[in-house]
Amino acid sequence: MTSVVRGRVIAVDGELAIVRGERGDVRVRTCAGWRPGDLVEASAAVQPFRGGDYPGPTTEVARLPRERLARLADRGAAMAALRRFFADRDFLEVETPLLVPAPGLELHLDAVAAGGGYLITSPEYQMKRLLAAGFERIYQVCKCFRAGEHGPHHAAEFTMVEWYRGFAELDAIARDTEELVAAVVTAVAGSPVARVPGRAIDVAPPWPRLTVREAMRRWAGVEVAGDEPAPALVAAVRAAGIDVADGTAWDDAFFAAFLARVEPALAALDRPILLEDWPAPLAALARRKPGDPRTALRFEAYVGGIELANAFGELTDPVEQRARFEHDQATRRARGKPVYPIDERLLAALAEGLPPSAGIALGVDRLVMLATGAATIDGVVTFAAGEL
Amino acid sequence: MYDTSDIRKGLKVLMDGNPYTVVEFQFVKPGKGAAFTRTKFKNLLTGAVVERNIRSGEKLEPANVETRDMQFLYKEGGDLVFMDQTNYEQVTISADLIGSAHDLMKDNLPCTVVFFNERPVDVTLPTFVFLEVTASEPGVRGDTSGNVQKPATVETGASVNVPLFIRVGDTIKIDTRTHEYVERVNK
Repeated sequence: MTSVVRGRVIAVDGELAIVRGERGDVRVRTCAGWRPGDLVEASAAVQPFRGGDYPGPTTEVARLPRERLARLADRGAAMAALRRFFADRDFLEVETPLLVPAPGLELHLDAVAAGGGYLITSPEYQMKRLLAAGFERIYQVCKCFRAGEHGPHHAAEFTMVEWYRGFAELDAIARDTEELVAAVVTAVAGSPVARVPGRAIDVAPPWPRLTVREAMRRWAGVEVAGDEPAPALVAAVRAAGIDVADGTAWDDAFFAAFLARVEPALAALDRPILLEDWPAPLAALARRKPGDPRTALRFEAYVGGIELANAFGELTDPVEQRARFEHDQATRRARGKPVYPIDERLLAALAEGLPPSAGIALGVDRLVMLATGAATIDGVVTFAAGEL
Repeated sequence: MYDTSDIRKGLKVLMDGNPYTVVEFQFVKPGKGAAFTRTKFKNLLTGAVVERNIRSGEKLEPANVETRDMQFLYKEGGDLVFMDQTNYEQVTISADLIGSAHDLMKDNLPCTVVFFNERPVDVTLPTFVFLEVTASEPGVRGDTSGNVQKPATVETGASVNVPLFIRVGDTIKIDTRTHEYVERVNK
């Protein structure tokens, strides 16, 4: 006997058939002439197909669990809702290359080498060139690759949606994010209620917001200025009872406290949160806040403890951008990491003039996890790395 | 040396001179921060569990730990003698290492023995053993409520609480982790 799962190839009365419905009344359609389906009771004697050319999914490799099939169907529905969302707001869908000579230079993202270049860790450099070329609202859904990342929320190959608005402030991106997440979760789950294992999270906009400094003060008991030397932050983190070694870098000391105290607190919230105003050393590709050089125009969206998205008020100054790239290269070299070339064409585009812009990268697999209640990223991708 | 990509359940490493085995691990990576593996290690000597964050690039020293399938032969005072069936080598292990389950061990019981630097440090028994009851008072007729138990002695000499319907000559299944009766086994 084989269980009756949608899409499974079975035999009914010795004839090849494909299950079309779910439980209860199971519709099957036979191959012969593809005539309209007969109705078969779930209790009918349904046997795995044994005759003819098609062996049917009789091995573990061919079989996918019922929950996985349901999640892949949900994933398709999520993607359709996502594209509808952007189409409704006059965003143009674009596609930029995945194979590039100069991937992102961020210290803690390692690119996968391929074909004499690298696979992108994010499509942002090329998308910014499109902004400079004159597009005002663009989005892209694509695969990104990050070497060595595998965990419940991480996969080396994953799907990202990035979108950018020219002539817009970061706040417009924050509103897009809240509405997109609510729309996609509603399309899959029927209401704007995301699920993480064990509980439900109301994702209806607007979402609460908190500055990074306030979060670090409230939950870690650490004051973060943003321009203090690393040993001063290390001392503050230690004073809060968090173990960090001597000589720890500024960013590592920050994340030691953030991961020990702030992330668990964010995970316990019953609402999403936008964590904004990041200290300047964590600016990445964000510009600084006008009148406050210690703070970057950046936010991260957290839902149920899952870091879902990262947004920037985009840095448009080619001189500062080059200085940051050179600094990133020097840090990579000093820490024995691969040093990627600087994307000169991006700098040339910034020099031509990038409009004031804001943009965001959001993890699509994590969004599908929230919409379906899946506990791990491997549960929402078609085939996880270990299944290939 | 191992690095974070080698971390998996059961990996044996040496930390501060003690052998540990990985019992749980999770990849952690903040968007803009450094990746590490949050790892729970169990001390193979004391059983104590410690959590450590292993940064990508950090190295772990392999521990000289070997796991061998061995058969329990007989007791000798407070010691137990085991034999490796592949090379007939015999090893004497103190009953203290096995804990309260040592009196559930019948001759020829297959066990797993963990050696650290050639010295036995841990013995794992099968989760269940099947032993014959050699002595037990008959249950009082009429008292059949679910939770009432009586003591019984099994063939190895251990005392185990059993339901009232168990009689001398019955074979019972016992959980070696809890030292508790599980069920009667029909022959």
